[in-house]
Amino acid sequence: MTRERLVNAVILLGLLGTALGAWAMDAPYTITLATKVAILALAGVGLNIALGLGGLVSLGHAVFFGIGGYAMGILASHAQSYSPILTTPFVIEGTKSMPVIWLVAILASALAGLVIGALSLRTSGVYFIMITLAFGQMFFYFAISWPAYGGEDGLSIYVRNGFPGLNTLDPIQFFLICFVLLALGLGLTARLARSAFGLALTSARQNAARVQAVGISPYRLRLVAFMLSGMVTGLAGALYADLNRFVSPTMFSWQTSGEIMVFIILGGVGRLFGPVVGAAVFIVLEHVLGGLSEYWHIYLGALLLLVVLFARGGIIGLVAGREVAHD
Amino acid sequence: MTEPVLDIHGISKSFGAIEASRNVSLDLRPGEIHALIGPNGAGKSTLIAQIAGALAPDAGQVMLNGADVTALGTVERARLGLGRTFQISSLAMEHTVLQNAVLGALGERGGVFRFFRPIMSDPDLLRTARAALERVGLQDHERQRTADLSHGQRRQLEVAVALTLSPKVFLMDEPMAGLGAEGSQALTGLLDGLRTEAPILLVEHDMDAVFALADRISVLVYGEIIATGTPDEIRADARVREAYLGEEVA
Repeated sequence: MTRERLVNAVILLGLLGTALGAWAMDAPYTITLATKVAILALAGVGLNIALGLGGLVSLGHAVFFGIGGYAMGILASHAQSYSPILTTPFVIEGTKSMPVIWLVAILASALAGLVIGALSLRTSGVYFIMITLAFGQMFFYFAISWPAYGGEDGLSIYVRNGFPGLNTLDPIQFFLICFVLLALGLGLTARLARSAFGLALTSARQNAARVQAVGISPYRLRLVAFMLSGMVTGLAGALYADLNRFVSPTMFSWQTSGEIMVFIILGGVGRLFGPVVGAAVFIVLEHVLGGLSEYWHIYLGALLLLVVLFARGGIIGLVAGREVAHD
Repeated sequence: MTEPVLDIHGISKSFGAIEASRNVSLDLRPGEIHALIGPNGAGKSTLIAQIAGALAPDAGQVMLNGADVTALGTVERARLGLGRTFQISSLAMEHTVLQNAVLGALGERGGVFRFFRPIMSDPDLLRTARAALERVGLQDHERQRTADLSHGQRRQLEVAVALTLSPKVFLMDEPMAGLGAEGSQALTGLLDGLRTEAPILLVEHDMDAVFALADRISVLVYGEIIATGTPDEIRADARVREAYLGEEVA
């Protein structure tokens, strides 16, 4: 077992242990924090496919996070008011079923990823960052100006959505759902990185001309990566809305995009568990320092500076060493 | 006469007032090594870019195996069998030597949109990749990170990746650049055997290698081909001696 794998196992078990320990000690708020870490980490795992594997600096991943959130909000709000979403030409009812909501969130994100990616990936570098940011802002203002679904105030869902056989209102059960999805997301990303697609995508990040010269189009690789990336972040958005039982345009904001990226940079760009560590550090800082001062982001900024300046490969890189080329 | 595999016809390309290619025509026949030489700034790189598909010519045609590929990009031309090596090593530096070779094999075989099966245990791709590495003499370095290779080894890997593509035409942009005497001798031997698999259009500064290998040589000066012929004809050509070979041959 390599050192990084060991570190990864410790991180995953640490998150699970924290939640189970809090459950044993009857501390539901801590379970909620652990759930938040799992969900935000999953959002970061999604972005890491585009950013870490593909080298695509997307400052618009809040689009997917928000789409996931609103997929949940729209479906659940119709279900709780017993009004169908659509009556003509056919009837679409709302739903309170998590698996259905997840599926809708993932498919809607894939579609958004296809459209945004197809347009944005014609640019690169700073222009790509700017165009993804612009798409994010478009969705943000669209959500604000859409009164049917709460506009600026957002949507409240009174009861958490259901999962067959589980009581999702029990914090530890909802945590376990999120934790399993995070583990699944991590497992799939690990496979992806080692697949034919992963090799071609990471090669295109390092040297696009090389990939072209062997007859593979970097554009198509990146488009698929952007879609996959958005699908995972979209799923995280649906879970986040369910955690809070609330969705608002804030989920679409550029600050959200920035925070997801901060998780990855803190934890380690392209490192499988980077977003998990990043999200955990972010939440712990928010919880501990946020109690002392509402300007706690200053300390986050200082930490980010230190990591960027002195720890290439983020916190994971610091603990587990340089990335080894896997085979 | 056999059909040329690669036929470049009347290519012109200008950048503002600079004419980088002026009505360039050359062809590559089966089984030959055709060397393209010329002093620095003659427009070799611009010509290579137009043949590889990275740059569109203002006028003229590029024919590959009888098909007009002028309108196609790099990716499509690579799929049609154009295997190129770069003047400056163009490899995935963070990946291992074997991973770079496997990428070539993957490009040749297709099936890049497979998301689950680990590629580095695909027996077909590994066989192709390892065979290519062995031919250039890198078989003992397959697990090394490409960034950790010496300059000469990177040049060898460039050729190996081109080999994995089993191309119909090799387009080699200064494969000997920066190699020591020993290295360029070994590579000369390799290229010599390669011409029967696919003809090579060889851009090269190393005159020993060029005259040892080439069946024909074309000389490019100021964007224009001033002579094409056998090595002996080129040596004897007065215009070539004047324009280019002057000091080196004398």
